[in-house]
Amino acid sequence: METKIDKLLSQPIIVLNVGLNKFAKSLEEQGVDVTQIDWAPPAGGDQEMIDLLDDLL
Amino acid sequence: MASGFVIRKNQYYDSVYLMSVNRRIAEVKGVQQTAVLMGGPANKQLLSDIGIQDTQIDTAQPNDLIVAVIAETSRMVDDVLGRLDEWLEAIEVPALKSKVNTLKDGLAQKPDANLAAISIPGEYAAKEARKALEANLNTFVFSDNVSIEDELELKRFANQHGLIVMGPDCGTSLIGGVGLGFTNVVRKGSIGVIGGAGTGLQEFTCQVHNAGFGISHAIGTGSHDLSDKIGGLTTFAALNALESDTKTKVIAIIAKIPAPGALEHLLDKIETCKKPVVGCFLGIDTTRLSVRSNLQFATTIDDAVRLSIEAVNGNVVVPGKDLSAEDLALIVDEQTSWSPDQKYLRGILAGGTFCYQSQQILQEAGINIYSNNPLDNKYKLAQPDLSIENTIVDMGDDFYTVGKPHPMIDSTMRRQRILVESRDPKVAILFLDFILGYNASMDPVGDLVDVIQEAKLIYKQHAGALTIVASVCGTDGDPQDLNMQIKMLRETGVLVYRSNALASKVCCKLLGKEKRF
Repeated sequence: METKIDKLLSQPIIVLNVGLNKFAKSLEEQGVDVTQIDWAPPAGGDQEMIDLLDDLL
Repeated sequence: MASGFVIRKNQYYDSVYLMSVNRRIAEVKGVQQTAVLMGGPANKQLLSDIGIQDTQIDTAQPNDLIVAVIAETSRMVDDVLGRLDEWLEAIEVPALKSKVNTLKDGLAQKPDANLAAISIPGEYAAKEARKALEANLNTFVFSDNVSIEDELELKRFANQHGLIVMGPDCGTSLIGGVGLGFTNVVRKGSIGVIGGAGTGLQEFTCQVHNAGFGISHAIGTGSHDLSDKIGGLTTFAALNALESDTKTKVIAIIAKIPAPGALEHLLDKIETCKKPVVGCFLGIDTTRLSVRSNLQFATTIDDAVRLSIEAVNGNVVVPGKDLSAEDLALIVDEQTSWSPDQKYLRGILAGGTFCYQSQQILQEAGINIYSNNPLDNKYKLAQPDLSIENTIVDMGDDFYTVGKPHPMIDSTMRRQRILVESRDPKVAILFLDFILGYNASMDPVGDLVDVIQEAKLIYKQHAGALTIVASVCGTDGDPQDLNMQIKMLRETGVLVYRSNALASKVCCKLLGKEKRF
């Protein structure tokens, strides 16, 4: 049975880039369909708040 | 000397962007030191270490931007900080425009996405990778500093759902010709490769390309995959995928010191693989491993390239790389220029795999090497910053990269270390690597050339000479100009080689001929 890994190797890759903008730029230069996600630490990076949100969600 | 800082609340930038801003501010006349960083705990410590302390900094959060400047006068400090918006806008590469802030929104925009590439601070990476896997996305996790427990959980989940996690700490993958992370421009072909070693994959794929052959896929597994705890989950998934892949005719595996249990399982699996496999397990005495059908052992990446090409090239024997008569003559010239005190090697490497491979080659030649990432713990540096006798340092180690870009992007730490080493009169050889390709510095040689010249000058002033040996990993298609990079090194008097293994052999010759050892 064809897995999602097999499909990844046999089909054009479509990327969601979470983080370094430079990586998205290099994928774009290679003609790849890439969507940049401008990530920032959740809850302002406040660890207590992050833990609280994790418990709630 | 004056100092000052500015905090911008909720203004988050990635580490590469911040490095570009930092570099621009550092070039301003009169500025002694700058720190452009986010307000995480490790970064706040860095500020404290350079004498910038304040209660406002203590309460800053990881998504608050902090810009600190130390300059000759308070006017200079005020001027730099007053122009902060100008610095932030003047980055070298314009950022890719995005209006998307979460993976969920990204998926809504691109429901047919098949891969998430994650390069955020390690403490947040596992959570994002988990979200990606739950959304049926294969993941490439560049981030390091992810716990082994999180890695295991991610890889088990992926395994159960027919997905792959390349990483964490995965520097390089090349999927169907598309490079993720640090990759080189190589032609497509029929050689597949799996590696826990980012620079190992780069060296392998470049050499295959430079020999006129091509790569089907290069799948990075992350540096901990063949540990006993992870058991090679990604390596196995990649091996199955390359076995099924119609384009792949031979599979090479490159790994740094696999755990014995994981390695034995892998060797069992290789025996049943329908395609020939070449195994290059750096730091392992392969003569102690049981002979397996379908597997050829390679002791260096150069050997793995040669054996892989032979497998797809109808077993036409490819000659091994060795030193030419010209190389040997140059080595003798270099040795005769040393002062009587000069006898040690200092390797300041950006590539983690190169650090391992070089140690292996030098140790096999009977030269003991100290390192922050040693092959044998007996030779572990007590302090990574203090070299002992013959030392090779992996500057890409976590010790040097928390909160900072990798040395392949940012040369600051390597520059500092080269200058420190050049003050030791017992050093005879400075050993370096230069790695080209996507996402690496656009001018890796230019980043170091002035400190190389400075180091050479120091030895000249003491009636000696510093021998500098370097390897260059790259191809003619890379965004940097490969030939220009090599030319710059040669013009600076550096002995340049096109593989780390060959450069390591030169270091052996340089040290081995020295009777004092």
